[in-house]
Amino acid sequence: MQEMIDRAKELLADGTVDRVVGWRSGEFSYDITPGVFRSAEELDESFIYNDLCAPNLSKYLIKESRKEGKLLVFLKPCDTYSFNQLLKEHRILRENVYVIAVPCTGKIDVDTIKDKGIKGITSIESDGETVTIHTLYGDKTMPKAETLGDKCRTCKSKKHVVYDEIIGEDGEVNNDGARFELVEKLENMTPDERFEFWRNELSKCIRCNACRNVCPACSCENCVFDNPNSGIQQRAAVNSFEENMFHLIRSFHVAGRCTDCGECTRVCPQNIPLHLINRKYIKDINEFYGDYQAGEDAMSRAPLNAYTFDDCEPGIVYSRGGKA
Amino acid sequence: MHRIGVFVCHCGTNIAATVDVKAVAEEMGRQPNVVFAADYPYMCSEAGQNLVQDTIREQRLTGVVVCSCSPRMHEATFRKAAAKAGLNPYMVEIANIREQCSWIHKDKVSGTEKAMILARAAVAKVQLNAPLTPGTSPVTKRALVIGGGIAGIQTALDIADAGFDVDIVEKQPTIGGKMTQIDKTFPTLDCASCILTPKMVDCAQNEKIHIYAFSEVESVSGFVGNFSVKIRKKARFVDASKCTGCGECVEKCPMKKVPNEFNMGLDNRKAIYIPFAQAVPKVATIDPNYCLMLKNGKCGMCSKVCGANAIDYKQQDEIIEEKYGAIVAATGYNPINIDKFDEFAYHQSPDVITSLELERLMNAAGPSNGTLVRPSYLNKQDDHNAHPKKIVFVQCVGSRSTCSEKGAKEYCSKICCMYTAKHAMLIRDKYPDTEVYVFYIDVRTPGKLFDEFYRRAVEQYGVHYIKGMVGKVAPKADGTLDVQASDLISNEQLHINADLVVLATSIEPDKTARSLATMLTASMDTNDFFTEAHPKLRPVESPTAGVFLSGVCQGPKDIPETVTQAGAAAAKVIGLLAKDKLVGNPCIAHSDELMCNGCSSCEKVCPYGAISYEDKEFRQPDRTVAIRRVASVNPAVCQGCGACTVACPSGAMDLYGFSNNQIMAEVDAICR
Amino acid sequence: MQVNDTQFKPLIVAFCCNWCSYAGADLAGTNRLNYPADVKIIRVPCSCRVNPMFILRAFQRGADGVILCGCHPGDCHYTSGNYFTRRRMTLLFSMLDFMGIEKERTRVEWVSAAEGAKFAKTMNEFVEAVTKLGENKRLEDLRCKK
Repeated sequence: MQEMIDRAKELLADGTVDRVVGWRSGEFSYDITPGVFRSAEELDESFIYNDLCAPNLSKYLIKESRKEGKLLVFLKPCDTYSFNQLLKEHRILRENVYVIAVPCTGKIDVDTIKDKGIKGITSIESDGETVTIHTLYGDKTMPKAETLGDKCRTCKSKKHVVYDEIIGEDGEVNNDGARFELVEKLENMTPDERFEFWRNELSKCIRCNACRNVCPACSCENCVFDNPNSGIQQRAAVNSFEENMFHLIRSFHVAGRCTDCGECTRVCPQNIPLHLINRKYIKDINEFYGDYQAGEDAMSRAPLNAYTFDDCEPGIVYSRGGKA
Repeated sequence: MHRIGVFVCHCGTNIAATVDVKAVAEEMGRQPNVVFAADYPYMCSEAGQNLVQDTIREQRLTGVVVCSCSPRMHEATFRKAAAKAGLNPYMVEIANIREQCSWIHKDKVSGTEKAMILARAAVAKVQLNAPLTPGTSPVTKRALVIGGGIAGIQTALDIADAGFDVDIVEKQPTIGGKMTQIDKTFPTLDCASCILTPKMVDCAQNEKIHIYAFSEVESVSGFVGNFSVKIRKKARFVDASKCTGCGECVEKCPMKKVPNEFNMGLDNRKAIYIPFAQAVPKVATIDPNYCLMLKNGKCGMCSKVCGANAIDYKQQDEIIEEKYGAIVAATGYNPINIDKFDEFAYHQSPDVITSLELERLMNAAGPSNGTLVRPSYLNKQDDHNAHPKKIVFVQCVGSRSTCSEKGAKEYCSKICCMYTAKHAMLIRDKYPDTEVYVFYIDVRTPGKLFDEFYRRAVEQYGVHYIKGMVGKVAPKADGTLDVQASDLISNEQLHINADLVVLATSIEPDKTARSLATMLTASMDTNDFFTEAHPKLRPVESPTAGVFLSGVCQGPKDIPETVTQAGAAAAKVIGLLAKDKLVGNPCIAHSDELMCNGCSSCEKVCPYGAISYEDKEFRQPDRTVAIRRVASVNPAVCQGCGACTVACPSGAMDLYGFSNNQIMAEVDAICR
Repeated sequence: MQVNDTQFKPLIVAFCCNWCSYAGADLAGTNRLNYPADVKIIRVPCSCRVNPMFILRAFQRGADGVILCGCHPGDCHYTSGNYFTRRRMTLLFSMLDFMGIEKERTRVEWVSAAEGAKFAKTMNEFVEAVTKLGENKRLEDLRCKK
């Protein structure tokens, strides 16, 4: 962390950048939020990078990179994919951003810890191997691996796909397919079981829009649900269409663009595993049209904006395996 | 507030027999904003249209729904009628209660119910219709013809004749195309050059026609009426404005061993050359692959002898940009490559030739000066074996075959039956001692005087037509060819000891057509022939507006047909260029720039390249100014498919006439 | 077909592209080829105009089946529209299946302007399949009416 702060100070001092986008503590010490730092003092005071710094900073650059001056951003491997995808969609002005790649060994997911029945958490510490959880009822320790959410447990890549400079060693892409295990599990259920599963999950949704607001692919200037000309009436109370179909439509809009950063699930206050919907699209795209990782580069055509003459027919859905 | 009028047509009993039209009209009268609803026996009749017009005026209607036959039938009729009464024609919607209701349902109760639902959907939609005005765009009054064969020449001459400027781009050093290589034409047997070369000269002399020879189209942008084309003028290393075509340089060029493509490689030309005597433009061209000066910097003979001082070894390709209102593709054809047809021994024996090679061998300007000799005796024409005594013609080489791995084509090349009959007849006429055999699958000779022509070859000239295919041609030690074939009618295997075998090879579109089609966003079929806008009703137009088709690039055809089509394409071009303004289809996409992310999704799915982006300044709520990239649609290019509207996640992109709101309203009305 | 009042009548929304399938549907009419009145056609310029939102909206408003008809691949009036449709619908239908919605409720069929008979046959088969499934409950209440 100190290396990052030192380098940020240098870049601020030599005028390369005039501000830094990084992480700082929120209300609780384990509740990390993104922050903009404008001086060495601010960096010393509140800049943080540890095993709790999960937020993907790339989306903030849509607005930030269009402001005057150049900024420095620290991106984890995951975040670089989102960054690339946003570059592809002309959402970030590359020339206004200086990217420093920082390594990531997986981020602690507080909800995963809470799911283990641990209550009254005051703070969380990690030495990279073991996590110590301070609670009102005393300290608990557990291996870090047990504190990871599904997103980090099945990490897709520790490799940075874009940066100006890198701190530490670059990692490898992980192609073991582990991230599709839960999707496969659902696929192997009967439709009735799947329906029950999703109804159970989606009925928890309170339409707080946290998933939409955090998602780097959901970067519309104006969401289609807020567009009076889209044919969707806006107010949820008068129109259950939006209520019912929000996640289906949102996931379709990010299909082929979602880099699988997992932010949607991480921020969901109702703990709905939203990333499984996106991963289903990713898995289908890989199976139907060949492996594709959104954000791997800033040039390739998104699968839904492309076609081949011999693509499979929609009927493949009926003939494909899985329980009827 | 809308004032909608609903008109329910009986269509005699076509609708009224299965749909209770009165009930539909009554029900529609109860719909919100519907101020008038009536039924009428024949809405499309003069009286029916008058009813619509009178009601529009009397009731001050803002929208009209006609419940009748398919909109594909009478939408235009009712739109016109509405326009006459002062209502925007796009405020008319049709509910299809005939083809999609009364004609397919027998039960009157369910038929009526469905008619009401369809009418309700149309009423819901029309309330969201917006008055539309078609956009207009100017027309550049100049045409481009790509390809300078007989198709391109005829098209250019006809366009120029109507008073419009026209440019021909030809990739070879001279215009004229394949027809220049042909000796005689069927069914009249007149000499091809005699009818073609005057047309070439006409092109050169016509002040409305500009020829870019030895040039290729580099890129095409723009749209109907407003194309912008970059043309690459390839370096000839000869200044065309100075060269007089005297041929002195060709005479003196020491590099003599260049295969002469004009004579199908049967003889050689020089490194500096004029393809043939009547070339247009008659300008020499240096072949950089063989020129000693360009390759090694040694020689310079042509430069020394050129009195006009036209040789320029440093000449570079030149890019010219020109604007056009219309583009005609006339890229023509080539015989297919028969390398993979080993059975005919084309590469084993010089005496197995293609029909186009035979044309050259029979042409007075060809390598044998018009005397038919076996190619193996080209250099010893006086030998008593030089003249072939027995000739076998093989038809359908690579045509009507599914051996695509050999480069064969499934289609019939159409011209081979006739030119083979022509060859056989000419040979029998000039050399009556020669035996001529023709192996065929079918003889296809429809066309004016065509079958008579073929019958004459058989009956008058004694050509042996044998139904059956040649299985193998084997060169023998004595230089003759053993042709093994089957006679399907007498059901026997034949061996013919031939001196010459002529292969009627299939023809295929020129290789440049594919990349040109991409540039023009014109579509092609699986064989790389350009597709027509409609195979029967719009045969000389491509689906891309402003792009027209002339000659074999659209499909195999002979010279008379090519000239016919060339004239037809010219007529279409003239029709377009005669307009001062083009009126577009107003049902096109448009982007709400306040919603647009500038993400380029829409651009990626647009088949017409109608979408472009610009950085625009927007005032933010906090009064600062932000620059955002936003999409805009070129209304003259957009055809209104709507692919972009679905690619757009925010719904910024929408389609006039079929907007998100309108379709949602229809869905709601149907599902209510 | 025997009309039975107590029999479940599904509500089917069919999106048809203007150039091929809508004309195919017209041809079915011209040839008087019967198919159930349950099918209601919405005309769109091209199958690629059909936004997944329209399909979801139809389901949520009580449609029991949604079918999308377009030109055969390679025959699109706009050259490439149906290729995009094909990808979009493949992924959307797979997702609906993933959500536990009966996959027989959605379908894409390529129907040319000459295939009136195919249009009628397709509609008959689709209506039959959806009738067997019964009323669509799932997409209507995927979230709210637990």
